Amino acid sequence: MAYSEKVIEHFKNPKNVGTLDKSKTNVGTGLVGAPECGDVMRLQIEVDDNTGTIVDAKFKTFGCGSAIASSSLATEWLKGKSIDQALAIDNMAIVEELALPPVKIHCSVLAEDAIKSAIEDYRKKNGITVDA
Amino acid sequence: MSERLIYLDNNSTTPTDPRVVEAMLPYFYDVPGNAASRNHPFGWKAEEAVDYAREQVAKLIDVEAKEVIFTSGATESDNLALKGVFEMYQRKGNHIITLKTEHKAVLDSCQKIEKMGGQVTYLDVNNDGLVDLEKLEAAITDKTILVSVMWANNETGVIQPMKEIGEICARKGVLLMSDATQAVGKIEVHPKEVGVHIMAFSSHKMYGPKGIGALYVSRKNPRVKLTAQMDGGGHERGMRSGTLNVPGIVGFGKAAEIARLEMKSDAERLSALRDKLETGLLNNLEESVVNGNINHRMPHVTNISFKHVEGEGLMMTFNQNIAVSSGSACTSASLEPSYVLVALGLGDDLAHSSIRFSLGRFTTDDEIDYAIDAVTKGVNHMRDLSPIWEMYKEGIDLNSVIWQEH
Repeated sequence: MAYSEKVIEHFKNPKNVGTLDKSKTNVGTGLVGAPECGDVMRLQIEVDDNTGTIVDAKFKTFGCGSAIASSSLATEWLKGKSIDQALAIDNMAIVEELALPPVKIHCSVLAEDAIKSAIEDYRKKNGITVDA
Repeated sequence: MSERLIYLDNNSTTPTDPRVVEAMLPYFYDVPGNAASRNHPFGWKAEEAVDYAREQVAKLIDVEAKEVIFTSGATESDNLALKGVFEMYQRKGNHIITLKTEHKAVLDSCQKIEKMGGQVTYLDVNNDGLVDLEKLEAAITDKTILVSVMWANNETGVIQPMKEIGEICARKGVLLMSDATQAVGKIEVHPKEVGVHIMAFSSHKMYGPKGIGALYVSRKNPRVKLTAQMDGGGHERGMRSGTLNVPGIVGFGKAAEIARLEMKSDAERLSALRDKLETGLLNNLEESVVNGNINHRMPHVTNISFKHVEGEGLMMTFNQNIAVSSGSACTSASLEPSYVLVALGLGDDLAHSSIRFSLGRFTTDDEIDYAIDAVTKGVNHMRDLSPIWEMYKEGIDLNSVIWQEH
């Protein structure tokens, strides 16, 4: 199976690889997937407390090229977005952008889960409750 | 450097040796006959070529030429052997024993046999990939008609103790079959000597063309009979109908002859290169482990798990230049990692982290140097990206983490 050029580009030059300080209250961390499944994604966001805007995002991913590209793309999209805008990121948008084949759709689902999990962590830390 | 292509996936298929191609060429146009045409020179010449090739193949494995049945490849040979024995010996019993680490051609044939009313025992292997001889013997019942054990494993290169297995089967009076696809032409494989009665193998794993394989079927002590799975003109002693693939057979014969003459020197050279590759990678990269028994192993294969790195992602760091395989099978629809490695007791995580390197006749020392360097860089790059490598480095017990499986 050949990868799309966009997947290869993100894989070769992943954006925003790294680690944010988990102990900061304005940093939310999402860790999804399992080593046994062949994919683990850790995605972190840093939120400006005053504006509620995501000012930084970092990731590390254990997984195939599509999983790495999906998380790299997700961190790019997150920067500058509000929490609500970030929550609106849909996995199918990632599928379209990266031209992922059907067997790799789960990579985009994992990225969406990682975003939601990071936001949940940020909200929990800051005592923000939202009606479901 | 980006133009460079290094092929370390010879267990998938080998390139056809140029000497083999040369031997085949006349049989496309100059000698176009059907080997079954008994009444004109075109047929005679084709038959002569097939007879000669059959001798070459038989000589490689030290059997009679008449005991070699040509098929389209090892998958067909496995199907013919298993289903053919099951149908022919049904009155004697319906039980077959095999291993969990067999090739899918064997496992899926066995599943079909179960649907046809057969009973199949799929034996576990030890953590080093070797069969447990006591368990094997204990599994044989008075209903057992066949034991099927692969000579060497395609993923790990682990070589089974065929002589000991042969002794058990002889003592118990059951037939022994072996899928020897990965072994024939690369190490000494003499079925008669070890008591294997039926043996499948293929041309394209030993520098011959694709689309041609063989099944060795013992004619004496015991005389094995198989029910044909392909009906038609009664070719190949009635066991496999279909016009013979004369150029393919000629190529297979030539490949067998070359293998017989060069096997020893190839194996010596390749095991030195394999050891160099393996040692180089293990020295460069901590938390790397070799899978399978290293003392009973094919000379050209190593299967290594690089912990906390996913195999398919790792391959992507160097697959523009180097061809290998991974047990991650992330591309498969099931997303399940290699069942062979899982049967060795590796966790799914380590199976996902595995890479199989299989060297071949045309692998060079220079290529191994390049591969050590590129794979080392790739693993380091992927570990920099890996959250679980970071957690491991921080001293977190990964088994204590509650993962959100998806």
